[in-house]
Amino acid sequence: MANIISDETIEYVGILAKLELSGQQKEQAKKDMGRMLDYIDKLSELDTADVEPMSHVFPVQNVFREDVVTNGDTREQLLANAPEEKDGMFMVPKTF
Amino acid sequence: MSKQYETVIGLEVHVELATKTKIFCGCSTAFGAGPNTQTCPVCTGMPGSLPVLNKQVLEYAIAVGLATNCDITRYAKFDRKNYFYPDNPQNYQISQLYLPICRNGGVEIETEEGGVKIVGIHEIHMEEDAGKLIHDEWEDCSLVDYNRSGVPLIEIVSEPDMRSAEEVIAYLEKLRLIIQYLGASDCKLQEGSMRADVNLSVREAGAAEYGVRTEMKNLNSFKAIARAIAGETERQIDLIESGEKVVQETRRWDDVKGESYAMRSKEDAQDYRYFPDPDLVPIRVSDEMLEAIRQKQPEFRGDKMRRYKEEFDIPDYDIQIITQSKHMADLFESAVVLGAEPKKVSNWLMGETLRLMKEKEVEAEDLRFSPENLARLIRLVDAKAINSSVAKEVFEVMFAENVNPEQYVEEKGLKTVTDEGALRKTVEEVIAANPQSVADYRGGKEKAIGFLVGQTMKAMKGKADPGAVNQMLRDLL
Amino acid sequence: MSITEMTAASLAVAIREGKTTAVEAAEAMLARIEEKDKELNCYVTVDKEGALRQAAKVQEKIEKGELTGPLAGVPVALKDNLCTAGLLTTCASRILYNFVPTYTAEAVINLQKAGAVILGKTNMDEFAMGSTTETSAYGVTRNPHNTDHVPGGSSGGSAAAVAAGECFYALGSDTGGSIRQPASYCGVVGMKPTYGTVSRYGLVAYGSSLDQIGPLTKDVRDCAVVLETLASHDDKDSTSLVREDTDFTSALVEDVKGLRIGIPNDYLGEGLDEEVKAAVLKAAGVLEEKGAAVERFDLSLVEYAIPAYYTIAAAEASSNLERFDGIKYGYRTKEYAGLHNMYKKSRSEGFGEEVKRRIMLGSFVLSSGYYDAYYLKALRVKALIKKAFDEAFAKYDMILGPVAPTTAPKLGESLADPLKMYLGDIYTIAVNLAGLPGISVPCGQDSKGLPIGMQLIGDCFQEKKLLRAAYTYEQYEKNSRNADIHRMG
Repeated sequence: MANIISDETIEYVGILAKLELSGQQKEQAKKDMGRMLDYIDKLSELDTADVEPMSHVFPVQNVFREDVVTNGDTREQLLANAPEEKDGMFMVPKTF
Repeated sequence: MSKQYETVIGLEVHVELATKTKIFCGCSTAFGAGPNTQTCPVCTGMPGSLPVLNKQVLEYAIAVGLATNCDITRYAKFDRKNYFYPDNPQNYQISQLYLPICRNGGVEIETEEGGVKIVGIHEIHMEEDAGKLIHDEWEDCSLVDYNRSGVPLIEIVSEPDMRSAEEVIAYLEKLRLIIQYLGASDCKLQEGSMRADVNLSVREAGAAEYGVRTEMKNLNSFKAIARAIAGETERQIDLIESGEKVVQETRRWDDVKGESYAMRSKEDAQDYRYFPDPDLVPIRVSDEMLEAIRQKQPEFRGDKMRRYKEEFDIPDYDIQIITQSKHMADLFESAVVLGAEPKKVSNWLMGETLRLMKEKEVEAEDLRFSPENLARLIRLVDAKAINSSVAKEVFEVMFAENVNPEQYVEEKGLKTVTDEGALRKTVEEVIAANPQSVADYRGGKEKAIGFLVGQTMKAMKGKADPGAVNQMLRDLL
Repeated sequence: MSITEMTAASLAVAIREGKTTAVEAAEAMLARIEEKDKELNCYVTVDKEGALRQAAKVQEKIEKGELTGPLAGVPVALKDNLCTAGLLTTCASRILYNFVPTYTAEAVINLQKAGAVILGKTNMDEFAMGSTTETSAYGVTRNPHNTDHVPGGSSGGSAAAVAAGECFYALGSDTGGSIRQPASYCGVVGMKPTYGTVSRYGLVAYGSSLDQIGPLTKDVRDCAVVLETLASHDDKDSTSLVREDTDFTSALVEDVKGLRIGIPNDYLGEGLDEEVKAAVLKAAGVLEEKGAAVERFDLSLVEYAIPAYYTIAAAEASSNLERFDGIKYGYRTKEYAGLHNMYKKSRSEGFGEEVKRRIMLGSFVLSSGYYDAYYLKALRVKALIKKAFDEAFAKYDMILGPVAPTTAPKLGESLADPLKMYLGDIYTIAVNLAGLPGISVPCGQDSKGLPIGMQLIGDCFQEKKLLRAAYTYEQYEKNSRNADIHRMG
């Protein structure tokens, strides 16, 4: 396996992705990611120096909306799905 | 002997655009609504919702770019900036990194020495604002309101061209004026519609390389900015002098304590994994689009000042003050168009208006009286329908409530009494009641007439023309 | 013939002609679900009351002449990643175990306007990540043709429901083959339209630049009818296209004369099951017999599609799935210490293994220092793949090949080796990268009785050509089957 994923890398990716893995899961994740990256490295066989990255397949451009208010108050519906709410707001662990 | 240091400052200025709706959905941006009442699936990050760009946001961004001498990017894109925080409902912010809408601009500022200096603008990009987090005292938690989530912002990133707090403030004032003139934002620091983050480093005077910089956030006034710059400059110099290193980091300024602290945490990797947002399509700015925006650009302050000097006979100082606010300049010009004499309009603005603004802590952009009413007031004075002290009284009410002065004077019965019989009667009563003053006047004391005029005005409850009273007194004595 | 065996189009005709009603159709289908779904588990949610209520309303409109379309009154099943206002939408994930949207996906609104009756929400791989429907948090779905086998995925519940007669038609979503592959495994018709043809608004995103909603149906006619109803330009989806050519049913003609069909040699090589290969080539022979010009060619770059796809899809998914954080909706962990611990625990407990695997890969390929090497590289390869297709379509009207290298694997065989599972997407994935339309049409069975699908891939906007070829093939098969029965009778 060409790509060896370190503990630090898995830890770091966990911080980025907000995922917490147990010891055993971590070992599996290191292995899986290493294998996938080995496989993805196949792309480096292709010379793409002169190729523009293609985000959108079709050249659709300039899709706009007019600056007109179309939405009303739907707070009650919005909060119906909230795990915890208070005073019309979403309740979250302390951020200050 | 201690070394000489130079402070190097660049700014990231966020400006909330004055659109009616959010950047990617049709929710209102109006202030003051109940929490989460101006939200929809898009600006609350509901699964399956998709963004569509508000055209007005693009037009404002381009207009600001043109006014700050930027190159407009003809092929621009939006990128996602990924980070988790509760005020960021998708946990990514839609912004622009790779192809921002404007680049390579700059504005002129006046330096303390009276010279002129250009502060370069690296780029201007469009992005969405975050929601508001409120700390709940009772339950030891925070609460999120997404009304501000998705409000359009432009971020104006300067080059590190400023060297002092004075230059920073001059630059911010300049940006504020340009953007207010465009009507793209009201640019209020206190209310957060203009926010400046300060990137600051210090280096030995004459050094070629920049030092390590820090980014300071939470600066809500020009005073806070000046204090934060002084504080951070000192902190960095102290570190260097004591042989320590400045760490590149984001710091939060506490203006009450007058110090900053680092915002880092282990969970905050500062790795935003930007990539082009696949939900939004690229923007192609055509020549026509650009020309249409160019055509709509207003007369900016420099041109306006030159024109005022040519067209109106008012002092340079007045021109300076009046054009410092687009709103005040509009007031001035409209009142003049309505027939008021420029000098008189200017006097009202420079005198009573500035006095009341200071007294009531009102900013020029928030002046409520209309040019129509100001013109009416001037007309009343010109016609001697009210005297100047009544006019000041009426203006104060107009300043607060934008009342129609004609109606107000009528309703309150403030019109100068022009009925000569009534005036003569009052004057005769005053003469009869003040024999001593009468005697003084007759004895050659000119000043005594002033007292008698005053007494008459008082008796008339101010509703008389002091000139006419003076004349009548002299006639009768 | 039982009512539940009817196609969507023929049921609509029967309802319109007063031979049956929308209510009867819904009742019959709900009874069928009751009977079959304990074993197959096609549905995550069955909305019995809602379906009957809608059916009554729709029937009234049909009788008043307000609804006359070709799907009026026909019950449908929706993949559970399509948002439905007031109806649970889970994406087969624990993290959305209780999520009830306040809005309905635009594609579903189009069906509702045409008089569709929603039966419920079908099972899928969690967040559409998987090829077997085994990554669902709500149990596996079984293949109606052999319950020891998977139905394919990720739209496995939809495909199995159509195949088992638990709905008249269904919607799926296709990011790398997620409609076509389960259609193939279950022996039904499935189509992924050109990217941008069907609005993505209300489809819970996996890989935004690749996702498309499409139909899973009993035959090609239904496929055309449903797609015609689904397709629309939507102001709420910036990537939605304006198309004037969405009269797909006009393509239902038996005529392939002069159609140039290319079969990539790369699609017949190593790894392809012999029985699948034989069936697909036999189907190609039918089209040739009916007048199409069929030849082999080299498509090139085929083996690069999978690594490019998994890089792009994982990157987009890692960002798209950030919104599931335990704050606004869905699952929040019970105990936590502070904000970041709440995020981590909610997400780690809420997401399944495959989803976490892709989120981590996606976060990694976008992270500082790797973006150019992985993500941008994949976007460049995507451009090359698009170019390879452009070149192919300069020579051919369509590309023909298998949908998947094998028929449906046994339950439990695939998940042990994710990379091997990913390789099963080799014939479907490039279509999504290039934004092309593709259709899966049943073309026989293997010796175990498991269905085999043929895939037709068109240039962008060429759905009609695909439907014409698919219809021609299907009619030929139907006629020859009838002839066989006739001969034997």
